[in-house]
Amino acid sequence: MKAIKKAKRPPAPAYGPQPWLQQHWDARAALNFMAGGAGSGLVVAAAVAAAPPWLAALGALAVAAGLLAVWAEIGRPLRALNVLRHARRSWMTREALAAIVLLAAVAAWVSTGQPSMPHAAFAALAAVAFIVCQARILNAAKGIPAWREPLLAPLILATALAEGAGAALLLLAPTAAHAAAAPAAAATPSVVLGWGLVFATLLRGLLGYGWHARLKVPRAQRKTFARTGMLFNLLSGLAVCFALVALASPLPAGLAAPALGAAGALALAGGAWFKFALITRLAFNQGFAISCLPVRGVPHVSPGGPHASPHASAHASPHPASHPLPQASPSVSVSPSITRHAAPR
Amino acid sequence: MTRWAMVADLRRCVGCQTCTAACKHANATPPGVQWRRVLDMEFGSYPDVQRAFVPVGCQHCDEPPCRDVCPTQATKKRADGIVTIDYDACIGCAYCAVACPYQARYKTERATFAYGRASAHEAKRHDEARLAVATKCTFCVERIDAGTAQGLVPGIDPEATPACVNACIADALAFGDLDDAHSNVSRLLAENRHFRMHEELGTGPGFHYLWGGAEVAA
Repeated sequence: MKAIKKAKRPPAPAYGPQPWLQQHWDARAALNFMAGGAGSGLVVAAAVAAAPPWLAALGALAVAAGLLAVWAEIGRPLRALNVLRHARRSWMTREALAAIVLLAAVAAWVSTGQPSMPHAAFAALAAVAFIVCQARILNAAKGIPAWREPLLAPLILATALAEGAGAALLLLAPTAAHAAAAPAAAATPSVVLGWGLVFATLLRGLLGYGWHARLKVPRAQRKTFARTGMLFNLLSGLAVCFALVALASPLPAGLAAPALGAAGALALAGGAWFKFALITRLAFNQGFAISCLPVRGVPHVSPGGPHASPHASAHASPHPASHPLPQASPSVSVSPSITRHAAPR
Repeated sequence: MTRWAMVADLRRCVGCQTCTAACKHANATPPGVQWRRVLDMEFGSYPDVQRAFVPVGCQHCDEPPCRDVCPTQATKKRADGIVTIDYDACIGCAYCAVACPYQARYKTERATFAYGRASAHEAKRHDEARLAVATKCTFCVERIDAGTAQGLVPGIDPEATPACVNACIADALAFGDLDDAHSNVSRLLAENRHFRMHEELGTGPGFHYLWGGAEVAA
């Protein structure tokens, strides 16, 4: 018998009580959060570690690339400037404004050609503002439980800082002069960045744990969350291990820099994976839910005998408390007993 | 003041989807876009199963998340509670669509028609302005505005009432002014037990579901 090969198709959204993955933002939107977070983190890292300003320039380029990606996703790209019209309430408008300030600040810093403290500090502040805006964009999306969880905002911030430190270490690793002059114990930019990476990666791990714990992930989504978390934790854990080996062991300078570079790459990959998954794999809505079942008609008797069925007795009961469904954070806790729902016609 | 709101009686709705069809007819929405839809839910397991038909759509919230997140101010809330979209200002970022807890918003990237090519009536009613931007239920705001301008009462006079309410065969949908204590919807809410969907999110939906009568409340 000829085997029927099933075509791989994305699961169709089922409009009903069961949550489904949001279909509106795809990898292009994810790229904005990945590149924007890593880029602005890189600006912060360059400022904190008094690294050369070209690192910040690369960070600003990453931010711009992320915005370009999301521009490619919007339906009416020629109206893109309308995005600036709602600073009073919309975090997306604020993100765009913060990006403008960030790009200008980095340009001013790079134009000095050296680690200028006031310029670097202002650019770092603008970068932090940009990350906060990105985090609050997700928080404000009430339709997605994983995004609206308040702990996501500090998690995004910590992730961006870890990514920034990681990107800086990765970019500095091949610099021959840097490698030669980077004994592990010296207070070079790499050492500052290395410890920054360790701290931020551990912090994001803790926040990630708390975020996940508070989500109360429905049973049907647990596997997806678990797989995403496993890879994220693996990459983060390896990043911390590599960084600690490079920083705390008597490695020769020629080995310490590549080890830190590897730690940076792993931290960067972990953050990118988390944000990609957050937008494209973990963004389940909460479906629909009703908190009370309709009370219709008259009490009916079960076909098998004179005893009313549980539902029938609920119909007849004078106690309204027996009618409401278990209160919900919505459909998830309401829906386990739901057996079927219809897709829209 | 006026606060337009919708009331759906879950005891009356039979899931016929006439409101869905009426909405599509009135608003010429493309295939796959249902500003008003009716969910068919079953609860329990055999033999104790209960079924509920639940009309859903834009809830015209008191604090609409879609308005707050919209970066262009294309989404606005009128003084009478109706949430509107300015298609000429919307950039189609779909932020409102992911922010809406009621999955009420749609974005259609390209023109689609029921049978591939546009039929004569589809071509006539096709609106380019609604492509690649967010769309949703408007509570048939044009009918309401035109009707009230003529002194008609939305929810009472069909010419001023949303198409879905007019079409409902079971009288399950009602529309009216919540701020008027004597309106049809105020009376229904006073006489019946009701809830709003996902109320814990603080959006203040303008869509109320009746589930039990006064005798249950007593």
